[in-house]
Amino acid sequence: MDTVMIPPLVELDGVTCGYGGRAVLRHVNLIVRGGEVLCLLGPNGIGKTTLFKTMLRLQPPLAGVVKVRGHDVARWPATRLATEMGYVPQAHSPPFPFSVLDVVTMGRAAHLGPFAQPSRRDVDLARAALDDMGVGTLAGRAYTEISGGERQLTLIARALAQQPAVLVMDEPTSNLDFGNQILVLERIRALAADKGMAVVLTTHDPNHALCYADRVACLERSGRLRVGTPAAMVTEDYLRLTYGVATRLVAVDERRRLCLPLGREEGGTSCAVC
Amino acid sequence: MAAASPLVAVRGRVLMRPLGVAAVLAAVFLASFLVGRYPVAPHTVVAILAAKLVPLTPFWPSQAETVVWAIRLPRILAAMAVGAALSASGAAFQGVFRNPMVSPDLLGVAAGAGFGAALGILSGMGGGGVQFCAFGGGLVAVAATYGIGAGDRSGGVLTLVLAGIIVGTVASAGIAFTKYVADPHNTLPAITFWLMGSLASVSLRDLGVAALPMAAGLLPLLGLRWRLNLLTFGDEEARALGVDVIRLRAIVIVAATLMTASAVALAGIIGLVGLIVPHLVRLLVGPDYRVLLPTSTVLGAAFLLVVDDLARVLTAGEVPLGILTSLVGAPVFLILLRNGAKGWTRS
Repeated sequence: MDTVMIPPLVELDGVTCGYGGRAVLRHVNLIVRGGEVLCLLGPNGIGKTTLFKTMLRLQPPLAGVVKVRGHDVARWPATRLATEMGYVPQAHSPPFPFSVLDVVTMGRAAHLGPFAQPSRRDVDLARAALDDMGVGTLAGRAYTEISGGERQLTLIARALAQQPAVLVMDEPTSNLDFGNQILVLERIRALAADKGMAVVLTTHDPNHALCYADRVACLERSGRLRVGTPAAMVTEDYLRLTYGVATRLVAVDERRRLCLPLGREEGGTSCAVC
Repeated sequence: MAAASPLVAVRGRVLMRPLGVAAVLAAVFLASFLVGRYPVAPHTVVAILAAKLVPLTPFWPSQAETVVWAIRLPRILAAMAVGAALSASGAAFQGVFRNPMVSPDLLGVAAGAGFGAALGILSGMGGGGVQFCAFGGGLVAVAATYGIGAGDRSGGVLTLVLAGIIVGTVASAGIAFTKYVADPHNTLPAITFWLMGSLASVSLRDLGVAALPMAAGLLPLLGLRWRLNLLTFGDEEARALGVDVIRLRAIVIVAATLMTASAVALAGIIGLVGLIVPHLVRLLVGPDYRVLLPTSTVLGAAFLLVVDDLARVLTAGEVPLGILTSLVGAPVFLILLRNGAKGWTRS
């Protein structure tokens, strides 16, 4: 696929990110284009969340620039950034039992003035987003009482109601059963294919990256970020060096490969900071 | 469409409840004119009130008119204003701090106002001066809390809550100290009674002065009430949704503090109203601040009016309001908890 001609939506340009002046990742360069699913892989504690937060401007980069459509976002008002980039957090439980439709309608905030309330059109857009994710029947249910998979789909619908060009998803498949994982991943693929959105997501399952990503960004133990096709990035070497797990990559058909774990290797470690 | 109709029906029923609460307030408002030592018949009350709008030949004694207009009306309006202010700010605070157990004095406003009032009484000020000191003390306490809490950029609301506890403790120590040095024959009882809360001596002028900061706090909250929903999802999500969280939270805290400080200045420290009324309303109408905030305001007005009526009639003297709100509020709250109706999970 020739993606070079498509202008980048999001660009991390020499970004160093971390907390309180302590760098977790240094000099990260990353380009995200419309219509692609970019999967971010890396062990626990390596800085995936920090990278996400920096991309979403939830924390400022220690160095470098985050650009959206070629513009530095550092001084953008919150509403402008939110109309370009939507965030799908891990499914959670808020303290109050809002209805699913109310939760999704909150995605319209960036399009409304500070004293405005959502109009009928905003509610219709929220309903359409729920329908897009196949959970339109949940509209009247309490968000605190639906299943984890339904919550995840609700949060994606909320990000869709926000009408951004880029979706940033933090482990959208964690806490989901097998069926819901595949459901969410297929919907994510459809968003990129049908709506031309860019989707950046983290996952802990190399097979999700192999089966559903257009490109994979691998955070290595050294703190380096490498980006390429799933086949080029998710290799037996990478998995052994990064996770200390011996694997075999098995071809399912001409296009798809799966990763089969064989067992942990001697001297391997699962902890990035050890 | 057929599948949607039950949902619409449920929503419709829930939306009727704010109107029901408003009707309750209207009924309590009229009934409160009947409460007290001097008997006034219901139709006389209506006629006396209506006489200001339409020409009526007085068939009532002039004492009745004085009782209704000069004695009962200011007190009724003050009870409603204080109840509304405490409940609305409590509802707002519960959203900002994402916790249904939060009351409007979380950031030390009540203790600060109490310390201000105690200092005012100690230095021999009159009613207006004491109110001014209480209002100022409340604002200074929250400003101190916010100043300490805002110093930590990463901590979010937790630092703010801890700062509030510290500032509240210091202000309480200040209250204890002013009591310790106060003259035990007149100043000490004055401080003690002030802290227990009362609306007995409220005049229309006091109310007029306090109504300004109350309105200045309530109006922005009502305008921003849909955005309060977004704050309950936490800082990061709200920011990613396009909310300027730090500014919105600051506006809400300032608005709620203005209301609470003026309520405390007017009536003393009245506990529990700001905690249980938003709770009760959340059970009635759900967590959506578009409905929750106005309904809390109205039900808070009705609740404190009822409690103040009780304060007027229960004994020959007056039971301090702060004592009664706790005595009335605690059982209500416990019944809610016992029935598993918690308001942060839909029952």
